[in-house]
Amino acid sequence: MRRREFLAGVSATGLLAACGSSATPSLPPGTLSGANDTLGHRLRQRDLPAPGETRRATVAIVGGGIGGLSAAWKLARSGCDDFLLLELESEAGGNSRAGRNEVAAHPLGAHYLPLPPREARATRALLAELGVLRGDPDAAHPAYDEKYLCHAPQERLYINGYWQDGLWPTLGIPKAERAQYTRFQDSVAELRRRRDAAGRRAFALPLALSSREAEFLALDRITLRDWLLREGYTAPGLHWLADYACRDDYGTSAAQTSAWAGLHYFACRDGEGQVLTAPEGNAWLARGLARTATGRIQPNALVFRVEQGRKEIICDVYLAAEGRSIRVVCRELIWAAPLFLIPHVFAAPRREWLAAIKGAEHAPWIVVNLTLAAAPQTRAGHPLAWDNVLHDSPALGYVVATHQQLRYAPGPTVITWYRALHEESTPHRSRPGSSPGKLLQGRDAWAEEALADLSRPHPEIRELATRVDIHRHAHAMIRPLPGRLWSGGRGSFESGRAGIQFAHADVSGLSLFEEANFRGVLAAERTLTRLGVSYASSL
Amino acid sequence: MQRPLLVSVFIVASCGLAYELIAGALASYLLGDSVMQFSTVIGVYLFAMGIGSWLSKHVVGNLLVRFIQIELLVGLLGGLSAGLLFLLFTLHSGPFRLALYGLVLLIGILVGLEIPLIMRILKREVAFKDLVAQVLTFDYIGALAVSVLFPLLLAPHLGLVRSALLFGLLNALVAAWALWLFRAQIGAPVMLRAQCIAVIAMLATGFGFAGAFVSLAEANLYNEDIVHAESSPYQRIFVTRWRDELRLYLNHNLQFSSHDEYRYHEALVHPGMAASPGARRVLVLGGGDGLAVREILKYPQVESITLVDLDPRMTQLFSQSAMLVELNRGALNSPKLTVINADALQWLEASPEMFDFVVADFPDPSNHSLGKLYSTAFYRLLKRHVAETGLIVVQATSPLYARESFWTVVATLEAAGWQTAPYHALVPSFGEWGFILAGKREYRLPAAIPVPTRFVTVDTLPALLHFPADMARVPAEPNRLDNQNLVRIFEREWGRVQVH
Repeated sequence: MRRREFLAGVSATGLLAACGSSATPSLPPGTLSGANDTLGHRLRQRDLPAPGETRRATVAIVGGGIGGLSAAWKLARSGCDDFLLLELESEAGGNSRAGRNEVAAHPLGAHYLPLPPREARATRALLAELGVLRGDPDAAHPAYDEKYLCHAPQERLYINGYWQDGLWPTLGIPKAERAQYTRFQDSVAELRRRRDAAGRRAFALPLALSSREAEFLALDRITLRDWLLREGYTAPGLHWLADYACRDDYGTSAAQTSAWAGLHYFACRDGEGQVLTAPEGNAWLARGLARTATGRIQPNALVFRVEQGRKEIICDVYLAAEGRSIRVVCRELIWAAPLFLIPHVFAAPRREWLAAIKGAEHAPWIVVNLTLAAAPQTRAGHPLAWDNVLHDSPALGYVVATHQQLRYAPGPTVITWYRALHEESTPHRSRPGSSPGKLLQGRDAWAEEALADLSRPHPEIRELATRVDIHRHAHAMIRPLPGRLWSGGRGSFESGRAGIQFAHADVSGLSLFEEANFRGVLAAERTLTRLGVSYASSL
Repeated sequence: MQRPLLVSVFIVASCGLAYELIAGALASYLLGDSVMQFSTVIGVYLFAMGIGSWLSKHVVGNLLVRFIQIELLVGLLGGLSAGLLFLLFTLHSGPFRLALYGLVLLIGILVGLEIPLIMRILKREVAFKDLVAQVLTFDYIGALAVSVLFPLLLAPHLGLVRSALLFGLLNALVAAWALWLFRAQIGAPVMLRAQCIAVIAMLATGFGFAGAFVSLAEANLYNEDIVHAESSPYQRIFVTRWRDELRLYLNHNLQFSSHDEYRYHEALVHPGMAASPGARRVLVLGGGDGLAVREILKYPQVESITLVDLDPRMTQLFSQSAMLVELNRGALNSPKLTVINADALQWLEASPEMFDFVVADFPDPSNHSLGKLYSTAFYRLLKRHVAETGLIVVQATSPLYARESFWTVVATLEAAGWQTAPYHALVPSFGEWGFILAGKREYRLPAAIPVPTRFVTVDTLPALLHFPADMARVPAEPNRLDNQNLVRIFEREWGRVQVH
């Protein structure tokens, strides 16, 4: 509750009105940042300068998110150093970038990586290379560096005015409903063990390694909510958790999400809920990949035209910082930018690509970093955890940047509040008349919204906050709507074509670190094969 | 008559919630384990309100008079509740929990009577749907007001005892106001007036003397004279004196008694220091009282001691107060000593310094923050700062009262690659206490303790390293940051010991 509302409430009774001024407390300072939409949207205007200088590279990588960086990593580790990575933003990292202030580094987007299953071999290899995974990367349960394993207590849920341990709502939930939780968890555990005749997991990560049996793929045709109801799951707490999981991982509600994707969330990993995290979110992973590409990343670079010739591929690139364009001529291209850009950039996009892109939607995200003079208090219930979720909120709660710091004294902190705009999609020019919606509301409106949401468990939040910084992702995640994963046109991107490979998580249809990493490494390995460079596969 | 009664609903609701919060806060302040205390207090209180609501149907006669009487009773009981409980707790002998829940039950029942009565009084004038809407609205607004005011304003500025008295006064004033407003309906019964005046006078007097009362009660709590009391940003510091005995309490936990602290600090320092004739650089983590430093300074070969303690108020107090400086023999003013007021973990992460002997004398692992100071990550970090031949010693709670906790710390050190030598000593103020020596090599008993000691001697050392059957090693998992099992084990074991 805000002080202003509180005073309005009591002054109505004529009491305590003299206790304080009723002036609206001003917002703490802060900024609004986000994807460079002004630059990105110049693609539509087609008014960019013609290229002057021409640069040559064996491989060009378009996009420096986890997909593009993973491709660069694999190329560099295989001894193929003649590549150029073109990144639109001022810094590579995509959704895994971080901010930093005098209190702590803090995520601007993705902030954790669940312990990867054995199938995610490239991700495990990366973690081993970074020294975070110890011993055999192919072990069923490898050891991980304590510094990155989320410290206890990991998560708590604010429900009925009380912080309970864990995210499954249990406080005040009747026994019959909790029995449904157990039944659901048992059936998910069963799905986790299921393998098809070919030995493939029902739900594998990367999803390309999943079973193709009709029984499983049929799940992609209904929503998770419908599947739950069909299976007799009616418990509101279970529906809440399923909805929360979808909003958290996909930016969609359970009523929008493909049941295949929803069950994949629960059944693809076996790390018992443990996650790797750091104050700066997943930026340490992006940095770990990017260090192999030092000197070969070109930031502020907008690729505005791609044309495939007979032997070479031409990329026209606008260098925003210099206000001029260059032409990059390469033998192989790895497209690691969002797929919806293809119609705007490719001179001759294939028809099936355009068809595949057509129905795709992206979820916008808002990430609010609140710098606090002290950690928020716990009035009743479990102590401050890393992930703190509010049950009755459209937002996803907050994580604490200083949680992983080795310190025991109380002190200032940064908390990161997440809101996936599951109720609206990114306004595209291709959908005229779509309202700008909440996504485009300004810094102050988002700051107010975050503070109002957090003030329920933490009435003192406004007094604690010294900065409120907003980061906006307009196209944060591709949405796994029913039919998108197994009956859409993903296949045409999966196979790529001569000279062009696709390396974005969009190709998988799930915006997950492991998927982007897999796509990037796969694209790099195919490129290496075409170039005749030998390599040891990471897949 | 409608408006005044609605205003009184607001006040009555505020008071009702206030007593609940005060009882919960007081119980967690005195008994610890705030989740447990708040849950049970709120539970009993809500249940009692239910009883009150149910009983309200038996309240007949002049409802206004009954309402006034109930207000006076709530004001008296609620107003004095915190003071009474505090006093009872400090007297030790009293059945504190019984009194706590009894009082909560009683106040809850009375508060439960209030709203039904007001609704019945107003029923004659207001349509039922408006009645319910208005009364409940003010009821909830009142609750809201207090739930915000209590943690932000009242508890920090007035304290629990005075907050309770303030709300008691409000209840009594509502009674007096009602008596005056409705004098036409109820006449002016002399008894009722007298009761009003008596209750208000009692509560007001109590409010005036509450400060003196609290220090009296705190003195009672310690059963000794408080010679120093202050709140630093990190903890509440108390030094007490009884005859020739000085005691230090941090957050009401005894840190030492001058009668037997030499046993603790000799046991902490000498088994390690006597075995490290080459120790020149020593690090003390925690231990802002300077008593471990006093023991270390007995070794002439020590060239420098670094003391890292979070709380500057502690190190200032123990380097300035004459009485405490006498106790630590001016250890904190030694030219060999460097005092650093910092978070030990952060300091160790940033510092490149190496040491020959390290003392980790932290508070027991009673929460997740302190649990980090007993984790594999911490002991690995410490390893980077200890020379090949160096030793560390860790205070590790009681192997008798918290046996699994103690052996968990041993397992944690071993998991971090240390070779351990656990030992124990009897410190009468604490009971059997546990310590763990750890090194990169195996610990060897020293041939002599080369400095004057009163408790630890070379003959008794082997006995300290021997664990009788009731403290012998039990299987334990290391305490890692991602599970922090030590905090749970410690809470369970000490929870069993501390039964009031």
